[in-house]
This record gives sequence, structure tokens and C-alpha cells, in this order.
Amino acid sequence: MIEFLHQLSSGLALGGVYAVTALALVMIFQATQLVNFAQGEMAMFSTYVAWQLLQNGWRYWTAFVVTVIVSFIGGVVIERLIVRPFAHAPILASVIVFIGLGFIFNAMAGFLFGFSVQSFDTPFDGRPWFGNKFMSAHESGSVLVSLIVLALVFAFFRFTPLGLAMRAAAQNPASARLVGVRVGWMLALGWGLAAAIGAVAGMMAAPIVYLDPNMMSGLLLYAFAGAVLGGIDNPWGAVLGGFTVGVVENLLGAYVVGQEVKLSVALVIIVGVLVVRPSGLFGRRIVARV
Amino acid sequence: MAARLLWGALMIVAALAPFGLSGYHLYQFSQVMIYAIALLGLNLLTGFNGQLSLGHGAFFAIGGYGTAILIVTFGLPYYAAIPLASLICFVAGFLFGFPALRLGGLYLALATFALAVATPQVLAFKGFDAYTGGSQGVQTPKPGPLFGLPMNVDQSVYWLCLIVAVVLFWLAANLVHSRIGRALIAIRDQPIAAETMGVDAALYKTIAFGISALYAGVAGGLDAVAVGFVSPESFGLPLSLAFLVGIVIGGLASLPGAIFGALFIEFVPNWADQLTVIFGENAKALPGAVYGVMLILAMALAPSGIAGVFRALGRGLTKGTA
Repeated sequence: MIEFLHQLSSGLALGGVYAVTALALVMIFQATQLVNFAQGEMAMFSTYVAWQLLQNGWRYWTAFVVTVIVSFIGGVVIERLIVRPFAHAPILASVIVFIGLGFIFNAMAGFLFGFSVQSFDTPFDGRPWFGNKFMSAHESGSVLVSLIVLALVFAFFRFTPLGLAMRAAAQNPASARLVGVRVGWMLALGWGLAAAIGAVAGMMAAPIVYLDPNMMSGLLLYAFAGAVLGGIDNPWGAVLGGFTVGVVENLLGAYVVGQEVKLSVALVIIVGVLVVRPSGLFGRRIVARV
Repeated sequence: MAARLLWGALMIVAALAPFGLSGYHLYQFSQVMIYAIALLGLNLLTGFNGQLSLGHGAFFAIGGYGTAILIVTFGLPYYAAIPLASLICFVAGFLFGFPALRLGGLYLALATFALAVATPQVLAFKGFDAYTGGSQGVQTPKPGPLFGLPMNVDQSVYWLCLIVAVVLFWLAANLVHSRIGRALIAIRDQPIAAETMGVDAALYKTIAFGISALYAGVAGGLDAVAVGFVSPESFGLPLSLAFLVGIVIGGLASLPGAIFGALFIEFVPNWADQLTVIFGENAKALPGAVYGVMLILAMALAPSGIAGVFRALGRGLTKGTA
């Protein structure tokens, strides 16, 4: 039983990371109807930035904040320079551009920081919190940070004028433009936010999965699974999906299929959900007009 | 006419190459032909039929492992093992084609991405240890001389790949220019119009998936025989993405594009390896950087890849002389 609770809580900890990454994916999907295949590599690169700052002797939370800001700016720049020119391209072209972007970040990380696996500090060290026997301090902290990020994002979209403008731009670009929302900039902001959120996910994941240029490919897959499970156009659903996938993956890995083939759980979830219920658990059903 | 002569000349050079090239270079060009077959398969699916697959490494792996297991465990000769493994691939691709029917462009990309990432783990799965050798993989014997002619191993591998590649290209060319090929292209460009014209989109799309997987399977089988070894780690996401790079750079929906793409994904990493002398160990990153930059540039400037550039040049030349 204790072992079970242990697996459950480490599933929740990773689930938080998946949820945050899935949220970043959904954010870009809502605005552009595209899935950013480079999300994982962007987050990985951000994590390397944080790692470099820590290596230079920065305090953790300073490095954290600076990394998030740098990632935000990076995301905005990428949208303006690389993604924007393909705004009206077919899906195939967009996916290829994202894959290319992923290649570039992967290569930059390898070139600048090397391919060897690095350990990554956690700010939450020491004794487990609240006498919680089932979670390490980092796992508790990671869940907490995930929840804070989620709360901030929802507050931003719910209560600020800018958040409202971004939602308007995503839902109905033409009308938004008519009421004076600068839709192009809203998309760029969306990319910036997604990159910043991804950076947080990377920094929370790195102490668990260790830092190397390929650390995110598995993680991104679970985040995809979470987003698809919850409904890729629904932020709440994606978050719930992310946590669910984290728990399911950990429990199945521990008790059913074995740790070695955990990734196929994500494959089965993705294909299964897409075939049985393509809109996910909470997504809107898409009706196309012929 | 000029193009035909050019291909003929190229064929002769390719057929005679083993007399002039060293073993290592022959091996490289065998790899080029293996990749070209896989790219041809992916191009039939993605280029001609518009179904995006980021997971063709998985079908390549089924072909490779299938061939290796049929040879080692079941004692078949390679010329029986490769076709049989490819048929298995056809069935696998056909079956994967069914869920793919329900997945529009983006979702299909997601599902096949998942397939690519999960493949190495499934191959290394302990339950199949007896056949797959787990994470160790399987060793396969190299093929003997073809037709009993005197030749060394590298030469027989090379000619084997060449013969298979030529046959498969010929078949693909006929396929593309047939009723089926036109149906595939129609489904890509105007799915609704194609259906109203009586094209059974579901059938053609699943068949395209099957044939595409079959090509990838043949390539995987040849690869197993040429390398003499299959292991899980060689069939991961990087391989699948390299295939995507190959068809995009070579030229989407172009048959010769598969050859250009294969040359690209075979030789760019090789050249980058040589740059480690200048940039140190981290130069391992360079092929990825080149892939990434080229993918984005290709989409922006030359969406029909190297083949498209050559076509444009060819048109320019003929216009000049006329």
C-alpha cells in the first residue's frame, strides 16, 4: 500500500510537469490550431539556460525568474521571425517548420552545453514537507510550482484585459481585430507565454529526469498524451489530462507493463483517444462544413 | 529525352561503381539506396497522398527486425526473409492506416510521433527477448555472392540494394502514373471532390499506408542485411525525423527527390563528423543544426526541395535553347 501511494505521488509530481507542458501546447493550439512539436526542445533549451546561470553561481530563484523572462522573450522572437511567415501555410509545412525548430534547439543545446548528462539542482531540498512520507521535497515542490503556474495562467486569462484580448484573438481573430486587438502581437505573446511555461516545466522536470539535450522527447510525448486525453482545445482538460497521464503512466509502469515500455502507454493513450473520441474527454467536437 | 539519357547514364555508373569504389564507400552508397527506398515509401504517403508520418522509423524497424528474426530464428535465406518481413510491414501499415483515417493531418502527426518515440522501447521489451535479443539486438549474417559470381561482401550488398532499389523505383513510378496514383494525388489536393468523383478515399488511404510501410520494410530488411545487425536504439525518433528531413529536402511528391534526400541524410552527418576536428566533440550537434535550418529554409524558399530546384533549372535550360 505504501509502495502504491509512493508511486501515485511520484506520478502526480511528473503529472504536474506534463500538465504544465500540455497547457503550453494547448495555448498555442487555441491561438493557431497547430501543435508545437518544438515545445519540448524549447523547454529543454530554457532549462540549459537556467543550468548555466546556476553554474555561474546565481541563486536558484534569481536564475529561475531570469530564465522564465528570457524564455518569454525567446518565444516572442521565434513567433515573429520563424512562425509568422508560415501563418497561412498548409499543416504539413507548419509541422515541418516546428520539427526544424526542434532540431535547431537540440543542436544548439548540444553545441553550447555538450551532450553529457547533467544533474540539475532543486530549490526544494532537505526533509519531505509536512511529514509527507510518500513524496520527496522536490516532488512536493514541483507539484506546488505546477499548481501556482496553472493558477497564474488562469488568473491571467480570466482577470486581466490583456488575457481577455488574447482569448478574443484566439477565438475570433477578425472580430478581435475590428475592436482594436492587435491579433498578431497576441499570437506572439501566446508563444512567449508558452515558452515561459515550458521553461518552468523543464526546470521542474530536470532534477527528476536529469538534464541532457534529449531529455524532453519522452516528456513531450506524455504531454501530448495529456493534451489529447483532456481535449487539445481545452486548458482545464489538458491540465487534468496531464496529471492523469502522469499517474497512469507511473502506476502502469510500476505494476503492469514494466518501466521499460512506459512510453508505449502514451502511444496507446494517444492513438486510443484519437480513434475512440478525437475531441478528448472535455474537448469540443469539431464540426466541419463541407 | 535528355532526362532519360541522364538517368540511363546514372544507372550505368551506379551499376559499375563497385569496380571503382572502396569497401567503405560502397557501404555508404548501399545505405543511400536503402534510405532512398524508405524515402520513396514515405514520399508515396506524405508527398503524394498528403498523410504526414513522423513515425516511419517504426516500419523500417519492423522490416529490419522481421528480416533478422526470420533469418536467425527461422533459418530463412535473406532473399526470402526480406519479402516476407516486408509483407508483414504492409499488413502493419495497412492496419495503422485505419486509425489514421480518422486522424486529420495534425493528429496523424501526433500519433505517428508517438509511434516513433515508443518504438525503441517496444523493441527492447523483455517479453520478446527470445526473438529480439532485448536491448542487445540481433546479429544477421552477411549475404553471400549474388548469382554465384565472384564478388566480396560489400559488392554483393551494394548490388543487392541497387537491384531492389531499381525495381522498387520502377514500380513506384508506374504506381504514381496509374489510376491509383492519380487517386492518391486527388485525395491529397481535393479530398471532397475526389470522393464525389467516386474515389474510395478510405480504401486508397489505407492502401497508401500499407504500400508506404512495405517500402520502409524492404529498406529496413536490406539495412539489417547490409549492417549485419539490428538494435533498438537505431530505430528511434531520430531515424523517423531523418526520413522526414529526407523527403522534404529531396522534394515532396517527387520520385528522384527520394535519391537526393537519401544522399543528403547519408552524407551530411558524415561531413559533420569530420568537423569534430575543428569544433571538438560538440560538433555532433551540427547535422541536427543543418537539418533544422534546411527544413525551415526549404519550406520558406524551395517547398519542392532539391528535385524542384533541378526541375526549375531544367526548365530554364530548355527554354534557353528553344
